[in-house]
Amino acid sequence: MALTGLDIYKLLPKTNCKACGFATCLAFAMALAQKKTSLDKCPTVSEEAKTALESASQPPIKLVTIGTGDNRLEIGNETVMYRHEQKFYHPTVIGILVEDSLGAKELDARLNKIKALSFERVGIAIKPELVCIKNSSGNIDRFVEAVTKAISITGRAIALESKDPAAIEAALKASKDKRPLIIHEGASDIGPFAKIAKDNSLPLAITCSDIDEAAAMTDKAKKAGVEEIILNFKGDNISGKVQEFTYARRAALKKNFRPLGYPVMAFTAQNDEGLELCEAVSYVAKYAGIVIVKNVEKDLILPLLVTRQDIYTDPQKPVQVEPKIYEIGKVGPNSPVIVTTNFSITYFTVAGEIEASKVPTYLICTDADGMSVLTAWAAEKFTAEKITQMLNDSGIGSMVKHKNIIIPGYVSVLSGKLEEVSGWKVIVGPREASGIPVFLRNLK
Amino acid sequence: MAIELIKEKYTGPINTVEIGAGQGMVKLGGETALPFLFREGDMPNKPLIALEVQDCEPSDWADPVRDAFGDAVKDPVKWAKKCVSEFGAKILCVRLQSAHPDFGNGSIDASVERLKAIAKEVKVPLIVIGCGDDDKDNELLPKASQAMKGSNCLFGIATQANYKTLTATCLADGHSIIADSPIDVNIAKQLNILMADMGFDQKRIVMHPTTTSLGYGMEYVYSIMERARLAAFIGDASLAMPFILFVGQETWKVKEAKEFGEKQGINWEIATAAAMVQAGADIQVLRHPRSAVSITKYIDKLMER
Repeated sequence: MALTGLDIYKLLPKTNCKACGFATCLAFAMALAQKKTSLDKCPTVSEEAKTALESASQPPIKLVTIGTGDNRLEIGNETVMYRHEQKFYHPTVIGILVEDSLGAKELDARLNKIKALSFERVGIAIKPELVCIKNSSGNIDRFVEAVTKAISITGRAIALESKDPAAIEAALKASKDKRPLIIHEGASDIGPFAKIAKDNSLPLAITCSDIDEAAAMTDKAKKAGVEEIILNFKGDNISGKVQEFTYARRAALKKNFRPLGYPVMAFTAQNDEGLELCEAVSYVAKYAGIVIVKNVEKDLILPLLVTRQDIYTDPQKPVQVEPKIYEIGKVGPNSPVIVTTNFSITYFTVAGEIEASKVPTYLICTDADGMSVLTAWAAEKFTAEKITQMLNDSGIGSMVKHKNIIIPGYVSVLSGKLEEVSGWKVIVGPREASGIPVFLRNLK
Repeated sequence: MAIELIKEKYTGPINTVEIGAGQGMVKLGGETALPFLFREGDMPNKPLIALEVQDCEPSDWADPVRDAFGDAVKDPVKWAKKCVSEFGAKILCVRLQSAHPDFGNGSIDASVERLKAIAKEVKVPLIVIGCGDDDKDNELLPKASQAMKGSNCLFGIATQANYKTLTATCLADGHSIIADSPIDVNIAKQLNILMADMGFDQKRIVMHPTTTSLGYGMEYVYSIMERARLAAFIGDASLAMPFILFVGQETWKVKEAKEFGEKQGINWEIATAAAMVQAGADIQVLRHPRSAVSITKYIDKLMER
């Protein structure tokens, strides 16, 4: 939690010695609060003040990184309890559990399924980013083999979970350069795991049942020299975990309570498929930095990834597409022209329906600051003037032989003005995008 | 030493609304904290799931949902009975679609008769929704309301442009009302106040904050609900209503639910409903019986303290 200038001033010597280059200690404190200078300019600051200021300058929830290169994942460093207060910054990492007790064939099949889980939605590539290999077999060789295979087959970032520190050490020989997450399996002593994490500068997830245990364990891990820690809450009580996540986040954000100032994670515990999806959705909505699921079927993973995408959308900045002419299908001089806004969901929905209609069409997205049609119309971002300007600037007039423009049914009220200002003939389209295929096919 | 929990203390509980009369009567709302934070407040009534039926064959419904009910969708009474006896629905939402000009433009009396037949055969509380055409609904809903007098139904949907007829008739026949608020806390407040001005008890209003599907703006609704809830908790009585969401209707419209097999459609509905439960939904109207079963199990799990 950031300190104000006055908070910092109270910690300074208040001698106004000017050694820092500022006229007074207060002026120096104000500059510190704005991060325009650094504390080492003060020759007489006390150790106590240094510690307090250093802790205050750290983010309340530590940023943790897993993986390298294209697989580099960041979680933590969150600042709010509710998305509407600002936004959630680092999307929940979705991981898939792989147990090394699987037979060789099943293991390969599962890893290949994971590899295939990769989608594109509203122009953004989404996938489960993490594969968590669990040493369920208790056998070190099998663990190392599963880890090696997971890396070579899926190419995703990995997490290593075991009760046995020796198994983790062995697996690290094959995976250390991938910056895996080490997951301490519950009930075993955190000490040896902390040592491995420290020696290899790797992130460590500590497994605990509640925030009291979490705080005690992070303290221990921190003292052992581990920097990047994640709190893994165990148990099968869904609302119990939602509460632990909530109170850990509140303690970090509102009290800057360091022992809980880390991202949180959970494994799903429910076996029923529908329940597992519900459970995972709950954790994505309520603050989890990582959720590790058991199911690898596309029809469950996709809705989970889209939930994550929705919750982590910046509420102040709708996802936009570039305002321009989009050619859908093999367009020609007689192709119809549809106009809409550049809100990405609007664009992808309309473009999808045009594709489904199989009628080649020019789709013009105007610059409406990424608002949907009705919102943009209400905010005067989607007006006759703006559409006319887009018609002129885009050069659509020289691409088609007609002067007919189709507008969304919700803004039929724009028709008269638009015809007058643009000189184009307005055709009112359907209100919902789902009506586009029928509409286009019946268009003369 | 146990860490002291940072608990939020609120002053304004959410209203409790009862639906139905007699044995099957259900209660909505009553929360004094955000969902499932049992250590700082209560959730006296668990969130509910209703299944949706229509008074005519649902010609525009996605195939996986229609198929789940088989031939029963051709007969509203059979359909309603199947929801209750086979899929365990504790509450039904009857949409009087047949009167809509685009859906056959059926007679109002016939629609009301079908509603009466359903009410006679199934003994669960009913949510009754008009066909969506304002002119038709202003004729249809008062008759439906009179026919259901004494059954304490939840009627909808009152909108800012069309709330007077429905409000007056529900006031006379003792029903509760769903008030619409298109993703806007201020419209929600205003409509709730307008209805209160007509003498309608605010504590009989259930708020519909708009429903959107996963992947199509679900997060807007999620945040609107959180904001409205927090405002109600600190004392804004004009937002202290339970939330209803029509998740089935919205999710089964989208491509990802309709076109990639039944399972993905069901999961689309489940994921949307689960997120809405976390945002504070008090009752959700679903379409696929398997989604309803999953979400009901999920809510039961969440209520374990």
